[in-house]
Parts: sequence; structure tokens; C-alpha cells
Amino acid sequence: MCLGIPAQLVEIVDRKAKVAKAEIGGVRRTVSCALLEGEAQVGEWVLVHVGFALDRIDEEQAAETLQLLSDMGEAYERELAKIRESAEGAA
Amino acid sequence: MSEGRSETEVQHRRKPRLRDERITLVHGAGGKATRNLVEALFLEQLGNPLLEPLGDSALLEVGSTRLAFTTDAHVVQPLFFPGGDIGSLAVNGTVNDIAVSGARPLVLSAAFVLEEGLEVADLRRVVASMAEAARAAGVVVAAGDTKVVERGRGDGLTVTTAAIGLVDERVSLGPEKVRPGDKVIVSGTLGDHGMAVMIARGNLELEVEIESDSASIYPLAESLFALGEDLRWLRDPTRGGLATTLNELTEESGLCVVLDEKALPVREQVAAACEILGIDPLYVANEGKLIAVVAAGRADEALASLRAHPLGAGACIVGEVEPEPEGLVLLQTAFGGSRVVDMLVGDPLPRIC
Amino acid sequence: MRYIDEFRSGELASALQSELEQAMPSGRELALMEVCGGHTHAIYKHGIDELLPQGLELVHGPGCPVCVIPVGRVDDAVALALEPNVIFTTFGDMMRVPGSKGSLLDARSRGADVRMVYSPLDALELARANPEREVIFFAIGFETTAPSTAVTLLQARAQGIANFSVFCNHVTIGPPLKAIIDAPELRLDGLIAPGHVSAVTGSRVYDFIAAEYGRPVVVAGFEPLDILQSMLMLVRQLAAGRAEVENQYTRVVREQGNPRALEAIEQTMELRDSFEWRGLGSIPDSGLRLREELADWDAERRYEVPGVSVPDHKACQCGQVLRGIVKPWECKVFGKACTPESPIGTCMVSSEGACAAYYHYGRSRPKRGTVAT
Repeated sequence: MCLGIPAQLVEIVDRKAKVAKAEIGGVRRTVSCALLEGEAQVGEWVLVHVGFALDRIDEEQAAETLQLLSDMGEAYERELAKIRESAEGAA
Repeated sequence: MSEGRSETEVQHRRKPRLRDERITLVHGAGGKATRNLVEALFLEQLGNPLLEPLGDSALLEVGSTRLAFTTDAHVVQPLFFPGGDIGSLAVNGTVNDIAVSGARPLVLSAAFVLEEGLEVADLRRVVASMAEAARAAGVVVAAGDTKVVERGRGDGLTVTTAAIGLVDERVSLGPEKVRPGDKVIVSGTLGDHGMAVMIARGNLELEVEIESDSASIYPLAESLFALGEDLRWLRDPTRGGLATTLNELTEESGLCVVLDEKALPVREQVAAACEILGIDPLYVANEGKLIAVVAAGRADEALASLRAHPLGAGACIVGEVEPEPEGLVLLQTAFGGSRVVDMLVGDPLPRIC
Repeated sequence: MRYIDEFRSGELASALQSELEQAMPSGRELALMEVCGGHTHAIYKHGIDELLPQGLELVHGPGCPVCVIPVGRVDDAVALALEPNVIFTTFGDMMRVPGSKGSLLDARSRGADVRMVYSPLDALELARANPEREVIFFAIGFETTAPSTAVTLLQARAQGIANFSVFCNHVTIGPPLKAIIDAPELRLDGLIAPGHVSAVTGSRVYDFIAAEYGRPVVVAGFEPLDILQSMLMLVRQLAAGRAEVENQYTRVVREQGNPRALEAIEQTMELRDSFEWRGLGSIPDSGLRLREELADWDAERRYEVPGVSVPDHKACQCGQVLRGIVKPWECKVFGKACTPESPIGTCMVSSEGACAAYYHYGRSRPKRGTVAT
């Protein structure tokens, strides 16, 4: 139920039958795009589960999530730097 | 000895008992079930000082000469796969068992069980492959046998090889030689062979170029013999992968190995295929790789020796030996936590969950 | 690998860990349930449990579609596999699950033609390529996987492939969650909801947990950063006294889910009145079966299955583990009579079962420099 892998559509094999080829890390597999809204396009990123493209991956949302996490990381690093400085100052 | 071992660990050390009534594929996967079968059934009847260590080869003395002696049965489907076939596997697998025992392979024997209906062209291809592998490994096939079984009873072709090697005087290997602080080195990328074969079977419909790494690792092993006593232990991580082989080490030595996940070398395509199938590369078979445990002070030298050879270009340190917890293999995850790397139960199976 | 590596970056782990510690409401102990077996697996595989702050405890949930299949249904699968002329196809996950007379792997050693497939479409292809054989597909999974079975069935019907049928064991996520939260013995403060089930159902399916039971829910992705961020979101809600359904996995999950996937399920399947769950008993409206119109592709209608309800092994405590009441190592047979080599219950045999995760990744063993828990 949980193994969903992000892969990129690299080829439309059969537009009518909604069959495409998805690729991740150099591995390709035929996937059915029957569950995707609208037409599948080469270059789109999808979540693959048991040979089906379950959903598209929203690249903007992914970037937002990473940005949020990265901001947290930066804030953390700044805190650490402050602590280090004050420790050195006190020493 | 550490205190407070959990019940789980005690389980591992109890006298082996075989409860199964029938042999299943799990017994052949190279993990706990295989080990149990060997210890509870084969050793019970055949046990003797030469066999009991259950090393890759038996070491025997003939006069003042030390010899290594080993055998391997080879069964693989499909017979031909990218990077090799049952023939090259049969030669290299046995040569490698000799090599990791610190010996130079001299001669091989090869016994064939052919299934009625096997195409002669296929057999010719397999034998040509064996000849090629033997040439590359510097050995000859000195004895052989052929049998044919009825259609439906043979799996196409099975090959059993045995080999004799001359133990190199410079080395003295064994789990008891390993010390805390020693470094664990692998000669190259993990999981290539097992994934190549799994994908070649075709039922997973994955398209990717992954080749088996089947090769003789004797030159790699030999390049380390000069380390003498500082070379503690050698193995080739075949069935069950790096994880299973290192578990055998920690169990036999009573020490602990801590692996660094970030240091594990895995090809991108192998990592991706494993990700899709939910398989851990640590448990996937290798047929052309070496694991060496080396004294810390000589690890860099060992790496240089391995990297000087094309097969060892990707050699790297993947972990270190620690005194405890006894008998365990641990992994420092790339994310920052840690987990135990247990011994495989059966063949790694693809999963969807 | 894109969309995987970035979300596994250890660089941000310390930052998240620190935020999580700071967010913990002082003096309170919190219990969070990770519903999905895939989350359990990911947590222990990456060692995330070691990064949690004091006072934050994880409770393992029933979201393992392999673990919850009762013994009787496994026996039914084995019976189907042993039918003459059948090619029985299954995901790898089910191969070693023991029934009362052995697993599918054991059936293979008794002569059954059991084959592993990665996709139900591959099983359909086998039927197409082998017209003289009967192909049965063992369908398991929550709403994540049901749409794939559904589309495969629609294709089988459209293409007139008659030698193909499905043994349907799909289950739904809502009812078992309700059954668990209703259990009086369970202390649960918040839920980490399964990201891929939610991709199909949408996040609204958890609204009742927040509205009626006052517990916060966060829909989580499966990479370590996703999981930690989700825990952070839950802890922040709890500290602020909120109980809402939030979505951490925004790159995949939408509030309304995947309408096409839901439609495919609707066209081919319907809810059973009740379905037996291992360890949880019968839960109404929790299992799916094929609609009447697809009877020709329904293995349960085409073949005689024993259909016997087999009680769990007396010593098996899988039910309590699945309900989060008992921790794996608290089960009396964990690691003794029940091990991955000789499993008594599915929690141990399934690679994502809580017991297997604990046993395999060693949570029961003494950590370096610490005492065994």
C-alpha cells in the first residue's frame, strides 16, 4: 500500500490505451496512466504504484515543502552559531 | 562478554533444530534457514574438524603444504543474464571461495547435470564462458563429469564445481584474528549480480542495464596478501549479500561491525531498482566483490592496492569493527539514526507495501 | 533520485529534531500513532525513532494490508492456488504469510503454480499470453491499490479476457481507524495518516477523527523528512490545543483525493457488509468485493473457496499489536516461538509489520552503551 515511487514519464507508448514509460534512476517500466486526470505528458513527474501512475507530483508544492524545511535548517544553524559565539565569548 | 543479552540473541545461539518437513526455496537463500539446515542436518551427520568451521573453503595440510579445498553447486534462472551466465558463475564462484581463504586457485573440477532437451548451442555457450573465465582466473578444469536427466527434472542445466588452491604463506585469516578498530573494506558496488538476475527473469518488467559483476577476485585478494597479519579476514558476499556475510563474521568473532550507510557504494540503477521493488541492496548477492577486514593503520594501503586493479577501482571503507554489542551488525543511517542489520531470512522478495 | 534524495537529507535532521524538542508541551507525554506499515518500516529503517524527543512515544497502527488478512483468507488463497490449471499470481508480500496449512510459498513446493507479479496488469498479461490456463490475481491493499485492481478488471472486461479473475481482499482505511479509536484501552493523542492511501481518498476521510474524537491528524509522506515534519505539525497542534486534519504531503495529496481512482473503485467494487480483520474481528463496511456485473471475474464466485474463519493461534497477540495496545516486544511469543523464520502471526511475517520491523531492525536489542528496553 505504501510503496509509491516518484518517476518521470519519458515516453508515451500508447496514447489511446493510456500507457507510458516511466523512469527513475535509469530504470524504466511501463505504467498505466488511466488514473491520471487529463492527458499524460512526457516530462511529467508521477507517483508510481504497482505499475500505475497514481498521481502527478506537484513540483511547486515539493519545492515549497523543501524550502520550509531548508529555512528551518538555516534558522537552526544560526542558533548554533550564536551559541558557539557566546560560548567562545564567555571562555 | 556483555551482560543482559536479550532473549532474541540467545535464540540465535541455541542448538540448531530443523523443524521443517519439506525443503522450500527459503532453505536455498543463503540466510538463516540455509544455515540452520547446514548446522542441524548436514553437520549432524557429516561433522568433522575440517568441515565444522563452515568457511568458504576447508584448509588441510598435506605434509608441509597447506591446501584450500572447496565446492559449489550452481543453479540459476535464467541461464544467461547480462554480465555472465551459469558457466562464468560456476568458475568464478569457486575460484573466489579459494581466493578468500588466502589461497591461489590451481585446478577445478566441473560436473554437469543436463536436462533432456537442453539445446546444444546453449551448452556450448556455457562451456565457452567457463573456458574464458578459467583462462582469466589462471586455472584449468582438470576433471569433469556429465549426466543427463529426463525432461522436467533438471532445470535446464546445473553445474557443480570444486577447486583446490595453494594457501599463501604470508596470510593467516580467520574471524578470531579480527580486532576492534579494524576497518571493513569492500572492493566495489553492491547488489549488481542479484539485481541483474532478478531483472533478467523478466516477470517484473523492468527495463534497465544492470550487469552481473561475476569475476575472479583472486587478483584483488592476492594484492592484499602482502599485508600479512594485518589482513584479518576475507570473504566474497554472495547469497544474502554484504549483510549476511558480515553477520557471519560478527557471530563467529563475537564482535560488532558498524557500517556507514553514506559510504556504501551502490550504482544508481541498482539503487533505483531496489527502491521500486522495496529491496535492500545490503541483502542482494554479489559475484565479483571482496570484503576485507584490515588493521586500521593499513587501511589506506589496502585501498591503494585494490584500486590499482580495474576490478577494485571502486574500493572503499564501509565500516569499522567495535567490541560491542556482541555479534551484531549495525548501520549508521544517512539520516542520522541507527539500526541493526539482521541476517536474511529468505531471498529478498519484491514488495508493494 | 529526485523527490527521494532531497527528502532524505540528513543535513536537516538535526534542525527538525531540535524543533520537535522545542515544540513538545512541557510536562506532557504524547502518544502518536503511525497508521501505515510503510511508515513503521521507514521509521525503523532510517533510525528515526532514535531522534524523537523524550516523552514522545510511537504507537503502531493497523495500516498493513498484509498483516490484517486473517488466516482463513490465506487458506482460501492457498486453496485457489492448488486448483488445477491455475496460475496464481500475487505480490511478493503475501508469499510467506502462513495460513493454517502453510503459505503460498509452501503451496508452490507442493506443486501449485504460484507466480510473483509487480502489477495486476502483469497478471492480466499472463492470462492473455496463456489462454489455456486460468489466471487468478490475489488482490490486497487499501484504497491505494484498489484502483489499480479496478482498472485491470475494466480492461479484462473490455478486452474480453475470460481466463482471468481476482481474489479480492481490498480494505478501506476509515472503519478500522474508527474501531481503534473507539477502543477504551488505547491512549492516543494524534495520528500520522498514510500518504499514499490519502492520495486516492483525499484528506477529508480523516475529518471525523478531528471533529468527533478531537485528535489531530497529519497526512504524511514516506521519506524521513516528511515523517519528522509531520510529527512536528502534530506536536504543535497538540501544544496549542488544536485538533485539525493537516496535509504535510502536499506534493502528492489533495483534499479531494484522486476522483478518477475513486470512480474506478466505484465502477467495479462495493463494500461488503463486514470483513474479518486479523486481530480486530469483524468490522462493518471495511472490505471491498467485486460488483455483481463483474461476477465472471470474481474468483470467489468462480471457485469454491473454503471460506472458513480460522481463529488466530492462541498465543498470537497480533490483534493487540495492531491496535497499538501491546508493543511487539511485549507480546509473549515475540522473538521466541514467533520469529521471522517461524512466524506465528502476520505482524512478524510481513516486511512492514510492526513485529518484523522491531525484530529485523533490532529495537528489542540493547543499543550501544544503553540498557535493553
